[in-house]
Amino acid sequence: MQRQTVIGRGVRVVLLTLVGLFFLFPIFWVLLMSFQTNQDILRIPPSLVFTPTLENYGALISGRLESTAGVLEIRFMNNLMNSVILAVSSVALSLLLGIPAAYAFARFKFRLGEDIAFTLLSFRFAPPLLVLLPLALYFQQMGLIDTYIGLIWVYQLITLPLILWIVRGYFEDISEDIEHAYRLDGNGWFKTFTRIAIPLAKPGIAAATLLSFIFAWNNFVFALILASADKQPVTVGALAFVTASGIQYGQIAASIVLSVTPTLLLALYAQRYLVEGLSLGAVKG
Amino acid sequence: MATEALGRPVMDGSRRPFMRRALPYLLSLPALLVCIGILIPFGTAVYYSLQRYNLAFPMTRGFIWFENYTLLFTDPGFWNTVRVSLLYTLYTVGFELVLGLAIAMLLQRRSFFNNTMSILLLLPLMIAPAIAALMWKLMTNPGFGILSYFASLLGFPDFKWASASSSALFTVVLIDIWVYTPFMMVLLLAGLRALPRQPFEAAELDGVPQSFVFFRITLPMLTPYIITASLFRMLESIQQFDIIYAMTQGGPGNSLMVFQVAAYLERYQYTNVGRSAAILMVLWAITFLLSNIFIKQWLRLRERARGVA
Repeated sequence: MQRQTVIGRGVRVVLLTLVGLFFLFPIFWVLLMSFQTNQDILRIPPSLVFTPTLENYGALISGRLESTAGVLEIRFMNNLMNSVILAVSSVALSLLLGIPAAYAFARFKFRLGEDIAFTLLSFRFAPPLLVLLPLALYFQQMGLIDTYIGLIWVYQLITLPLILWIVRGYFEDISEDIEHAYRLDGNGWFKTFTRIAIPLAKPGIAAATLLSFIFAWNNFVFALILASADKQPVTVGALAFVTASGIQYGQIAASIVLSVTPTLLLALYAQRYLVEGLSLGAVKG
Repeated sequence: MATEALGRPVMDGSRRPFMRRALPYLLSLPALLVCIGILIPFGTAVYYSLQRYNLAFPMTRGFIWFENYTLLFTDPGFWNTVRVSLLYTLYTVGFELVLGLAIAMLLQRRSFFNNTMSILLLLPLMIAPAIAALMWKLMTNPGFGILSYFASLLGFPDFKWASASSSALFTVVLIDIWVYTPFMMVLLLAGLRALPRQPFEAAELDGVPQSFVFFRITLPMLTPYIITASLFRMLESIQQFDIIYAMTQGGPGNSLMVFQVAAYLERYQYTNVGRSAAILMVLWAITFLLSNIFIKQWLRLRERARGVA
């Protein structure tokens, strides 16, 4: 396909090294900072030689940050817990609601189904604040402002379309003949759905689950507007922490590392699902 | 694997015909409820945008038809928002497309190194954009930031990054490129690898120059992927909030006052609910148009991907 000359190969390696540096250096650098004391961080010129410390993580986990200015209470572990609760329950609810709907859309062509599928998809692309600002007022009136339930419901806006559209594609790929054969043996609709359709669509369900988890985890604006301080996930919590702690750069770096570790590990573990999920199934990975 | 007989419902005689007809509706009912749940606040937003509604002056609340909109369209501040949002979208999508395509072509050949690289390059995309902004904030800190240090080595001793209005747009565009180029890369890489081989083999046999192969074979065949990926990114870019809000909250001045940040500040700083809703309605009209084009493109590409599989 392409002629590989020595020069061409050299240029390629140099270019890829530059690309790798640009995209991976920030992650590497913040990781280093999280193991440095403030003195090491503030040193000019920056140096790669330092004695690593776990102090920053210690302060975040214990929730007490002692500095010359006094003691600062950190609620970052609470934020981390909130992220886990919000992302896991949103995805679980979406799977519960989304998989049967995806099956209905794939197996039965009905007008309303297409309309629902498209409405959900088009709201996936609408400006979130448009819906969130009125919702904030409703949440106040309905007493949902201080609960996980309200947030989990709103998170369905991100997780449900993803699951619906990816899993639907997988259901459509399953030959109906297999299901027919199973049903001719006298098995009911529900059994066919749980014993045949779901196991065959497993890769799609896995891809959709992982991706919607990552998107839910990374969401910022929903919780910024709707969540009270003790229900905020890491994305909002980290920003609040930056404002509150000001100059505790080591702890800021450590809080960033803790916030991104779950999604980075998931992505590395499940990378083969990412491509298809990212394009809502428009491109095969 | 793909079956063409999707259209007809699964029928097994006339047993329980009502249940059979109701089944798809029952199965999709929860999704339907979520839809309705979204449509209510959406309707409320439309209603707000037609009202004079400022939380600080509840007495003056009233229905004023399109006055919020006419006020917006005669306000230079709003046109600044339109300009900044469009520039942001243009720069981010443009650079991400060129860079993503270039990287995808570098990684096209399947090898252990290339596959590992394409996985590692996905990592920035997995980081929350708001958190990514915080990372860059640490790196561009004027006191100790590594990037400020690099800038001083390159002869810009006090480059201000996001804190100067002359370089703020550059900085947030750079962060957006860092986060989202991997998205372009991964889609275009999958597209490149899905292209049929014959035209390339024929071109090689004929000794056609590489630039000709790129412009006359690769690019035209890749166009559906490029269009889909670019439209998707445009939809997200014109609504960018997380990166800009976390970095500068729209400042310095109003140099980064994009649509959603402007609407957020209008609502929470100036408590002007009506005007904020009107700004968001304008943005919604733009995204509605874009998303309709996008969904058509995406469905076409999806059919094709499933046809190949």
